[in-house]
Amino acid sequence: MSTNPANIRNFSIVAHIDHGKSTLADRLIQVTGGLTEREMKEQVLDNMELERERGITIKAQTVRLDYTARNGEKYVLNLIDTPGHVDFAYEVSRSLSACEGALLVVDAAQGVEAQTLANVYAAIEVDLEIVPVLNKIDLPAAEPDRVRAQIEDVIGIEAHDALEISAKTGLGIEDVLEAIVHRLPAPPAGDPDAPLKALLVDSWYDAYLGVICLVRIHEGTLKKGMRVRLMGTGANYNVDGVGVFRPTKINVDSLGPGEIGFLNASIKQVRDARVGDTITEEKRPTSSMLPGFKPAIPVVFCGLFPVDANDFEDLRDAVERLALNDASFSFEMETSAALGFGFRCGFLGLLHLEVIRERLEREYDVDLITTAPSVIYKIKMTDGEVIDLHNPADMPDPVRIDTIAEPWIKATILVPDEYLGGVLKLCEDRRGIQKELTYAGSRAMLVYELPLNEVVFDFYDRLKSVTKGYASFDYQFIEHREGDLVKMSILVNEEPVDALSMIVHRARAEMRGRGMCEKLKDLIPRHMFKIPIQAAIGGRVIARETLSALRKDVTAKCYGGDASRKRKLLDKQKAGKKKMRQFGRVEIPQEAFIAALKMDGD
Amino acid sequence: MSISSPAALGLYIHWPYCARICPYCDFNVYKARGADSAPLVEALLADMARWREVTGPRALTSVHFGGGTPSLMEARDIARVLETAETLWGLEPDAELGLEANPAERARLADIVSAGINRLSVGVQSLDDAALARLGRDHDARAGLDALEIARSLVARVSADLIYARHGQSLKDWEGELAAVLALGVDHLSAYQLTIEDGTAFARQVKRGTLVPPPEELAADMFELTQGLTGAAGLEAYEISNHARGDAHRSRHNRLYWTGGDWIGIGPGAHGRIASHAAGGRIAHAAPLRPADYIAASGQPLCGLERLSALEEAQERVLMGLRIIDGLDRTRLRSLTGHDIDANAAQALHDDGLIAMDAARVRLAQQGRLYADRIATMLAPDG
Repeated sequence: MSTNPANIRNFSIVAHIDHGKSTLADRLIQVTGGLTEREMKEQVLDNMELERERGITIKAQTVRLDYTARNGEKYVLNLIDTPGHVDFAYEVSRSLSACEGALLVVDAAQGVEAQTLANVYAAIEVDLEIVPVLNKIDLPAAEPDRVRAQIEDVIGIEAHDALEISAKTGLGIEDVLEAIVHRLPAPPAGDPDAPLKALLVDSWYDAYLGVICLVRIHEGTLKKGMRVRLMGTGANYNVDGVGVFRPTKINVDSLGPGEIGFLNASIKQVRDARVGDTITEEKRPTSSMLPGFKPAIPVVFCGLFPVDANDFEDLRDAVERLALNDASFSFEMETSAALGFGFRCGFLGLLHLEVIRERLEREYDVDLITTAPSVIYKIKMTDGEVIDLHNPADMPDPVRIDTIAEPWIKATILVPDEYLGGVLKLCEDRRGIQKELTYAGSRAMLVYELPLNEVVFDFYDRLKSVTKGYASFDYQFIEHREGDLVKMSILVNEEPVDALSMIVHRARAEMRGRGMCEKLKDLIPRHMFKIPIQAAIGGRVIARETLSALRKDVTAKCYGGDASRKRKLLDKQKAGKKKMRQFGRVEIPQEAFIAALKMDGD
Repeated sequence: MSISSPAALGLYIHWPYCARICPYCDFNVYKARGADSAPLVEALLADMARWREVTGPRALTSVHFGGGTPSLMEARDIARVLETAETLWGLEPDAELGLEANPAERARLADIVSAGINRLSVGVQSLDDAALARLGRDHDARAGLDALEIARSLVARVSADLIYARHGQSLKDWEGELAAVLALGVDHLSAYQLTIEDGTAFARQVKRGTLVPPPEELAADMFELTQGLTGAAGLEAYEISNHARGDAHRSRHNRLYWTGGDWIGIGPGAHGRIASHAAGGRIAHAAPLRPADYIAASGQPLCGLERLSALEEAQERVLMGLRIIDGLDRTRLRSLTGHDIDANAAQALHDDGLIAMDAARVRLAQQGRLYADRIATMLAPDG
């Protein structure tokens, strides 16, 4: 029996990391009886280990809450949790498009952050009704009036009736539920007997059921046993099960207009259940598809190589399995003289890269080397051909290149004004173009246009360090722009080391080259001869360091018993040698690559 | 000089007790707490008898008392060990019967020599009283020099042992100490760079930052200075840290270790090596570490004899053999183990002037001596 759409509310919570989104979600579930106290785990919605650890949500989660309002009416509230981070902005916008309203949660002490802005604008863009909620009102540092004014000034939405709550203590939770019921609109009343029209909001892989599809019903009714068609791909499936999340999976007979739930239909790959697709009934299809979403495009690339070459097959297995569950992660095989066999992978952003890398290491137990992240360059050849390049190793001969264009982003940075100088310098150093500088209270809001390749290279870490962690940062891609870009090679003892080459702006090449040479000088163990370490553009050396020769490597005392000890040491060294890469006469330990390629500057 | 025949056999006696433990020492040592040493002596003698069954009838070319502090042994116990060795194996007429002497026991040296010892290495260590105190030694510089003088009056073959590249020691300091010892006209000098070994008090101090070892540059300069001064004084650097006036003064017992000869290790934690792959396998043995365990085991049949693989044996021979100026006998290595040094590594090292070699022999070139460990590791065969 489907619920009357007038008694359904579909909503999201948008917030900056740490502003209490997950705690509020937990409270809502608890108060409405979704889980007993015993079943209640901390932050149940973030159920991936990694998500919980980092306090972020990557895949959208959803939960259905039953609420009897103060007016005595029973309501079904569907909370669709959204990822908080910019890398997953695409997932945010599609989660939001399954809702009619959103709670904007702002920390009453910290105020508006860059991510808050990005997410709330995404909500405004899809016409959601927004209810501002000031959380952590119990903190001594809470300044609800200042934050209210800030929401109105910076975001530009009405905030005088913002709710004041503490998700931690439970203060004001009932008011939140009442606001959801009375201030957010009900979904449009679709015809339950019309042909099925449902939006595929998200999909993920479940080891037991195959692909699970999160769906929002617009018209018609979705029932177990129904034969459905995914209109985008044209594939048909038998619906094995229909259900809702409370937050555990509960099977139901059917889902009607305005409702949100899941279906499983023995779909094997996440790629087959394309997010944004329209689901209809095979024998009685709907006349038109829902608008759907633009596909997510990878913007950051890097090579992933197993530390131990013998683990390559394990790595292949792991990336293939990960890709099953993450359609936005792409990969292709790559070979490097330094690092052996691996994969060139594409990601939505740096956090996505980090998350994938960590999942590979943690869930699949493969030790990885990550090469320097790169972006997509558009290279116009002299013959007019345009190629996309994201691996410096594939850079064509410069004489055949007409122009190179690099991706630029629009970055929004919010920072307490005492750190403004440092941030301005950082952005200028990274070839940024200032577009806006405004103040909201004691915080500055900066808008810069920046080349993405300067951002993927340790920008977050630098930003964090110049602002002692008080800045918040968000960005969106704007366009490719021509630039004076060159390939910088790194030579160790005159031998080029492919894994370390990178594409840089000519104006930044010397600095980046010097940084890399200095780093390598500390990372490469000394040999019995001195080793020049150089950065070069074409044949021209732009930076150079010399690693001095080792002066001695000799044990003073060596007696009979030492023979066994020396042999054990030899075994250890021989084992260590397997983790070395040979470049001419120089052995570079794998750790040196890992450290040299680490994105953080120091 | 005489090349020891494959039949040469040495006997090492490990006396694990010390009056106090030096903070740099990682040998198998125990503080003597007035413990009755008789059970250990009995165990040593019993252990020797067991080994006689392994070696069969062969004469000993050397007996060496190391430790610990073997100069703390009663002279009569030393005599019993030597007598037992004579009875079990027989001593070659010119056998080297050596003992490591701590200056604090200099008054006992006459008795020790009466017991049959004919070579003494005296642990002078330093001529700087403050440095000796920092090294945890129980004697001062005067005692060291006295001990050296007494030793030289008692036996013809004496070594002065020094420790250098100590924290706080300058190149000039070392030059002064070394020159003073050489001026005495010693015929053998062991000059060991202080090594911070894991698990020692010094290693803990380094970790805490209270001890800063000299920079590598300075240590290398000191090594080179040592080579120069000892050479000028007529002592040849016949091993990385050992210098002797002519072949006659070289340590014959240590030579067994460096050339991969045969030796029996008696006493707690002592190591032994007998035979080679070509003779049915090189036997390796390590005695129980703790004196109590050693004593308990000495009544049992000998166990824990391990047969090294041909590769392991070859690796040991390369790792030990490059330390001496004569270098490694490749012909012998091949015939004993079927392995040779790593040809590619050898070629590269030869091209860099770090080693000298022909088909029969490989040895460190002058510039290679400071890299002895690394070169040995590179040359050691691998599978």
